Amino acid sequence: METLESTVLAQPFFAGLDPGIAALIADCARNHSFELGAYLFREGDEAREFFMLREGDVALEIQAPGRPTLVLSTTQAGDIVGASWLVPPYRWNSDARARSRVRALGFDAACLRAKCDEDPRTGYAMMKRFAPLLVHRLHAAHLQLLDVYGRTAPA
Amino acid sequence: MSVDPYLPLAYRVIAVRQETADVATLDLLPVGAAIPEPAPGQFAMLYVFGVGDVPISVSGAPVEGAPLMHTLRGVGPASRAITRLRPGQELGVRGPYGTVWPVAEAEGHDVLFVAGGLGLAPLRPAVRQVLANRERYGRVSLLYGTRSPQDILYREELAGWRRMLDVQIEVTVDRADASWRGAVGVVPDLIPRACFDPASTIAMVCGPEVMMRFTVLALQAAGLPFERIFVSLERSMKCGIGLCGHCQFGREFVCKQGAVMRYDRIAAIFTVREI
Repeated sequence: METLESTVLAQPFFAGLDPGIAALIADCARNHSFELGAYLFREGDEAREFFMLREGDVALEIQAPGRPTLVLSTTQAGDIVGASWLVPPYRWNSDARARSRVRALGFDAACLRAKCDEDPRTGYAMMKRFAPLLVHRLHAAHLQLLDVYGRTAPA
Repeated sequence: MSVDPYLPLAYRVIAVRQETADVATLDLLPVGAAIPEPAPGQFAMLYVFGVGDVPISVSGAPVEGAPLMHTLRGVGPASRAITRLRPGQELGVRGPYGTVWPVAEAEGHDVLFVAGGLGLAPLRPAVRQVLANRERYGRVSLLYGTRSPQDILYREELAGWRRMLDVQIEVTVDRADASWRGAVGVVPDLIPRACFDPASTIAMVCGPEVMMRFTVLALQAAGLPFERIFVSLERSMKCGIGLCGHCQFGREFVCKQGAVMRYDRIAAIFTVREI
């Protein structure tokens, strides 16, 4: 039978996680589904959850006055959506909008932070997974900012 | 090759296609004698009389008698002059020069093409050749990243490749508004989504050098050994035949030992700023 714990353990992001820690993390998880166009979260809102996509696509977007909505990045099944739950002041700095029907696991941020504080092994296991993700996204953002496909100096 | 390696042969522009706002594809036919048929990955020196010459990769199919095809962006005097040519006008061509994509070597393997921006143009002849002989290859994927939806090259051809059921085509852009239905992000992030067996895959990578550095890291993380990764380098080239030294890259000349190079042979110097 599929349980939240088995679902957590089946995600590549949590590969190699100690089953005991998976059980703790699963205690903070719940299933979500979002219809096309629905927001998983909005910029400025409290970051109460982060999401692991099981199905569908999500766009991280930002609104700028007088301009069309800008897409910062898109995520697909298997990806994590949201890192602001980790860092004070725990507020989202973009919108996350479903670009198709989305099924996701949502992880309660306060619950998870409390478990990480109580059990450093859990905290370390989470950090070992989130730190590479954050570094990877930082590198990707650097590459996007470089605008490498723009016009280059004449040969 | 021309008898005199510095002597260009006259070619006439027979068609110009504006691919994006600043990128055009020119179809060329020889006025008299023709250069030898270029292989995928090779380049030619295109010479606008009275302006100068510039190395441009061949971007058309390697088909006998077909027009020579080059896709380029006008960024310097020579390339700008080329993009302003119109059907009926002439230019000089010498070549073809350089090494080739390992299309033959890839037979029997999965093939992963990774293109960034204008880097799709030098890869296109290899993609066409692989798809024309599809049964000789394992899984075939093309991952293409570019600046924005407006900068996507060869839209119709990409759509045609997408319709083929046995080719994986993934396109991502660096920036877009919410009207874009595709992926937004960098092309190395598409690599984990590509279907290939790292133990039996040949990757061909072409794009800006920074993009290629990130791509090689992602390919390495996916388990691909350096000796099965091929990149196409871009350096200032003048003679095209390994004499002038303008394109020296360590011990190699990009015009002669490149532009397509096996990554394990250049890995030690690929990120050395002075080179």
